[in-house]
Amino acid sequence: MNTPAPSSRPHTFQRIYVWELPVRFYHWLNALCILVLTVTGFLIANPPAINTAGEASFSYWFGWTRFIHFATAYVFVFNFAFRIYWGFVGNQYADWKNFLPLRLAQFREVRSVLRVDILQSLNRPLAAVGHNALAYLTYFVMFLVFLFQVASGFAMYANMSDAWFPHLFTWMLPLFGGDAGLRHWHHLATWFFVIFTVIHVYLVFYHDYVEGHGVLSSMAGGWKFLPKDGPGKGDGRSWFSGKPGPKA
Amino acid sequence: METIADRATRVDHDQVTVYEQLTARGVSRRDFLKFCGWMSACMGLGADGIAQVVHALETKTRIPVVWMHFQECTCCSESFIRSSHPIVADILLDKISLDYTETLLAASGHQAEQCLQDTIRKYKGEYLLCIEGSVPLAEDGVYCCIGGKSAKDIVAEVAAGAKAIIAWGNCACSGCVQAAKPNPTAATPVHKVISGKPIINVQGCPPIAEVMAGVLVHLLTFDRIPQLDAQGRPKAFYSRRVHDTCYRRPNYDAGLFVESFDDDNARKGYCLYKMGCKGPTTYNSCGTIRWNGGVSFPIQSGHGCIGCSESNFWDNGPFYERLGNFPGFGIETTADKIGLAVGAATVAGAAAHAVLTNIRKHHEIGEQPGESAADAPPTPAIDPHNQGGNQS
Repeated sequence: MNTPAPSSRPHTFQRIYVWELPVRFYHWLNALCILVLTVTGFLIANPPAINTAGEASFSYWFGWTRFIHFATAYVFVFNFAFRIYWGFVGNQYADWKNFLPLRLAQFREVRSVLRVDILQSLNRPLAAVGHNALAYLTYFVMFLVFLFQVASGFAMYANMSDAWFPHLFTWMLPLFGGDAGLRHWHHLATWFFVIFTVIHVYLVFYHDYVEGHGVLSSMAGGWKFLPKDGPGKGDGRSWFSGKPGPKA
Repeated sequence: METIADRATRVDHDQVTVYEQLTARGVSRRDFLKFCGWMSACMGLGADGIAQVVHALETKTRIPVVWMHFQECTCCSESFIRSSHPIVADILLDKISLDYTETLLAASGHQAEQCLQDTIRKYKGEYLLCIEGSVPLAEDGVYCCIGGKSAKDIVAEVAAGAKAIIAWGNCACSGCVQAAKPNPTAATPVHKVISGKPIINVQGCPPIAEVMAGVLVHLLTFDRIPQLDAQGRPKAFYSRRVHDTCYRRPNYDAGLFVESFDDDNARKGYCLYKMGCKGPTTYNSCGTIRWNGGVSFPIQSGHGCIGCSESNFWDNGPFYERLGNFPGFGIETTADKIGLAVGAATVAGAAAHAVLTNIRKHHEIGEQPGESAADAPPTPAIDPHNQGGNQS
């Protein structure tokens, strides 16, 4: 096993403000929206059985469930739109260019991350200041699923609404053979978020556990803590996804 | 003997209006006005719309109509001629003049084909083409032939001179059951075979008789294509979901659902959503105009909507399941089964990866040299008199 020589002296850590407040705000609002949308979505798909002697007019819980789903969808959309905007004005770690896999260096980094962190066929220190290239790529795919869920959801919602926004997406309906076909895909795509969350939370714990750079808490305070002497302890390799900070 | 084509010519020369023909058949002015009012209501017109309908039927002469039957069961015709309102059949079959329709044609064989040829030649660019049924394109169209010609060739020939085309029913609009997977005959809806002509998709299996009549009256009254939705259906009849006009809707909003067809909830008339009712994804007038003269509609009779006015409704999963089978994953595979399987695999993968990490990266995990608790710098003594001061 290729093990790095234990350093005789402890690391000196540089505190780097990676996730700006708007990014953290977006993250947690987005997480809340996805949680609410998934739970209400599955409830709408398969509501629980209720036996009651009461009149239908006494109760409106299913109506409220749907209302929460639709209202949350709007919050989700505008939060997402804000994040795209922040990709243009935020810091280098929030930059939109990181998400599009257009440069060869990004694919090289994806390969390294796969070997070091996922397959673990190569054991060497590897850590990114922002996200690593594989994470950025995954979020790019996730953004595409966001767009699909928004477009398919609002396309189905359009006929219940006079607002202009949902009607921007009605072109989706004929593509999927009407509401019923689109509904299937909207439902299936919901599972993406369930599976994404499992992997996402696991990997955050993994990185914090293995690297100890404070990834888990970085989405609360914004800071990551990175050794000043670099990931490879002076072997000349630089940090991925940006520089370790303006002062380093 | 007078052929139908001859009769058409005679009536045309006479320039008899629809109203004149109706009164000649014994329809009273009162019944005529009632019909106009009722049709206007079906079309969603305002009070002034009634006058327009009355005026149109009083002044306009016949529209020549050619009504073709291809791959279908004739349930659209059945629905139409069984309209609760006698004037519908009268007005639209006898008076608007059906110049050619296989089902109701007196002539047969060569005579019938001659009749069709006469009509499309004589009224080139003027006649209304109604099509019931889909057009099979596989094997050069041999799966549906009439008088030795394939439906594919006939439809191209007849559509060329048509003023407008009405596609009756799900077959003509989206292929219905014969276009369901695997669609062996390549049954194709009219709008995918014909281009460059205005096509009105009057959806349903069959469409409601009053809807069919309403579309024809609209064409006669306003002489233009009604407003259509994204799938080419007249908005007047297909802009609202069955779900939104369903009298059981309050049960849906209250979360009260039938769990099985023989349970107490079914007896109470709860919402059929969980029984696979396709009302929430189906656009039609069943909840408002209803069937058989407004007597009932499927949901009122205790059965969920099967979504017959939507494209591919045969392929949109079982009629009695809320979540349909997912295309491409085999029978009985729903989105939830796929999601659960992938989800379980993900959790298992993450657990295995966590074990792998503890083995492969055990040098990186936990306390490193120089990081033990003993190496921690001593806690500085707090001077209560110098809080916040810079000690270094």
